[in-house]
Amino acid sequence: MTLSGIDPVVGVLLIPVCAAVVLALLPGYKLTAQLNVLASLGSFLCAASLLVLPRPAPGPYILVDDLNIVFIVLNTFVGFTTSLFSASYIAHELETGKLTPTYLRFYHAMYQIMMFGMNLAFMSNNIGLMWVAVELATLTTVLMVGIYRTPAALEAAWKYFILGSVGIALALFGTILVYMAARPVIGEGQEGMIWTVLVARAAGFDAPLLNVAFVFLFLGYGTKVGLAPLHAWLPDAHAEGPTPISAVLSGLLLNVALYALLRFKMLLAANGDAMPPGVLMIVMGLASLLFAAFMLYRRRDIKRLFAYSSIEHMGIIVFAFGMGGPLANFAGLLHMVMHSLTKSAIFYAVGHITQVKGTQSLAKIRGITETHPVLGWGLVVGVVAIAGLPPLGIFMSEFLLVSSTFARSPWLALLLVFGILVAFGALTLRLTGIAFGRPRGSRAPVQASYVPMFAHLALVLIAGVYLPAPVVAWFQHVAKLLG
Amino acid sequence: MHGLAFDISHSLAGGLVLVSFMMLYQDRLTSLLNVFALHAVMLSLSVAWQALIQDAPHLYVTAAIALLFKAIIIPVALRRIVYKLGIHRDIETVVGIGPTMLAGMGLVALSLALMLRVTADADALAREDLAFALSVVLLGLLFMVTRRNAVSQVVGFMSLENGLILAATGAKGMPLVVEISVAFSVLIAFIVIGIVLFRIRERFDSVDVSQLDVSRGERT
Repeated sequence: MTLSGIDPVVGVLLIPVCAAVVLALLPGYKLTAQLNVLASLGSFLCAASLLVLPRPAPGPYILVDDLNIVFIVLNTFVGFTTSLFSASYIAHELETGKLTPTYLRFYHAMYQIMMFGMNLAFMSNNIGLMWVAVELATLTTVLMVGIYRTPAALEAAWKYFILGSVGIALALFGTILVYMAARPVIGEGQEGMIWTVLVARAAGFDAPLLNVAFVFLFLGYGTKVGLAPLHAWLPDAHAEGPTPISAVLSGLLLNVALYALLRFKMLLAANGDAMPPGVLMIVMGLASLLFAAFMLYRRRDIKRLFAYSSIEHMGIIVFAFGMGGPLANFAGLLHMVMHSLTKSAIFYAVGHITQVKGTQSLAKIRGITETHPVLGWGLVVGVVAIAGLPPLGIFMSEFLLVSSTFARSPWLALLLVFGILVAFGALTLRLTGIAFGRPRGSRAPVQASYVPMFAHLALVLIAGVYLPAPVVAWFQHVAKLLG
Repeated sequence: MHGLAFDISHSLAGGLVLVSFMMLYQDRLTSLLNVFALHAVMLSLSVAWQALIQDAPHLYVTAAIALLFKAIIIPVALRRIVYKLGIHRDIETVVGIGPTMLAGMGLVALSLALMLRVTADADALAREDLAFALSVVLLGLLFMVTRRNAVSQVVGFMSLENGLILAATGAKGMPLVVEISVAFSVLIAFIVIGIVLFRIRERFDSVDVSQLDVSRGERT
């Protein structure tokens, strides 16, 4: 077999599993951290090769189509850059004794299992398998959030576990209902859970049952997206776990749940009689945006601040997909990609900053551009991007969304703009203190890996200034698929 | 009308709802664990009956898992934890049995009204099973929000999950039921007992979740 003969799908799924086993067995920090990076790079290369190689035909379990390939490539890419960041972050945690070598082994193994769970969730063609994969990814992150074993970390992990389990249980109930709705049309057995089959024959499904199923799925997976008022786990989980995990949670895990929602939304859209799922998504999306925007003002912890900002942006994205239509879907997809890249870049910076300052309190982190210029300016660029200022990518997507919403329902657009502006105010207020206040705390040089952060920010900048035509065409095509 | 098969599965599923109600008013952990074991036995019987009438032998595996794991291993293990922590005599302050039971009845009425309406075309057995299953799920949720103790919350989650297994077995011919019940068992075994409880104990000398609230990051 030549290299191109190796099935990239197998690579994306198998590399993390094998790596997890190896990493759990190997001692030594340097080696395992490098292996972790290597395995993540391998998955990313396999995923990227899916873009050019012919894709496998949809099977009973695995599906690669135009929609999920965007998610898979983004997922493995951020997984790879986060593993780079994690290597330098974890070295510091070992030095300060916050993590022991045994826990480190556990950490690396869990990291790879989490990547496996997320990749599997994106690729699964079977709604039952998708559910199992999302559950796996959730479980591993619960363990990672609690890894410091401080009281606060335990509380966060427990809260996340309970709320996540309830969410996942509701999602399973919804999945069963979808099967029940499909059974009279498709018949018993495996066929009734295969997404491609479901979508092709959705028109004949029982509409009321499908509606109820979607409500359960929306609440269940919506808990994992972090939509208000089901978001309670999210800020704690972000704040108390290791920062690489915060980056992955915000950048990737929220997308996994969002992707599951989108799949079921397409199912409802394919059935003519079911309720339009958009209304539910618009209401919850706007509620999350407005709620999180106001909550941003009251944050005193830097990681919680950006966790709330994630809720805000997930609200915007869910709103965009709820509006539907080619333009809003395009904006939603772009916003999702930009948010993943920007938010993880911010967390890379925040991770190093909290390590060097030894605190997460906003009041104690001040004047960071003076004490640590590279990190500080990186953070400034990241926050400017996340607040939605031009010329960065998020400005593009928000602009698209706002203008398309104004054309269709001006009142919703007003609320949207209001929420974005409120969040913008909170972020700039905090940023001036963090970046330009009178310097406080340690000025010790920091052993940071700047490459992942600036790579992400550069991508966001490029996307904001000039989106290459093939990418635009691709996104437009996917936006059309989403209906 | 429906025959014996329907009646038996109906009463088994109804029994599960009844045991869910019984769980709501247990204020001692040890008796709660006993009732939960009964809950699991009911589930196992119900699943085994479904396996028989649907002629689906793989469901016997699910029934066996429910019986072995949830009716025996988990309650025994939790009981040992409860005794080890010395909280077996503790009386939990439940929100108030009257309001809780009323809320529970409301939830059951809600799930019946909802499921029977939307599944008008499905066969009678599946409809009623689904309605009962949703009742068990909602009662499990209610149980979880009225308790503060970590052990009780886990028990509540398991009862909720029993409702899901009931729904999955009631949906005739649904694939992956066995896998899902295994996944759930692994979830519970691994996380809850092994790690989280152990760590909570190690740090707090208490499994009362309300104590955790003190350590919220932002209150300092």
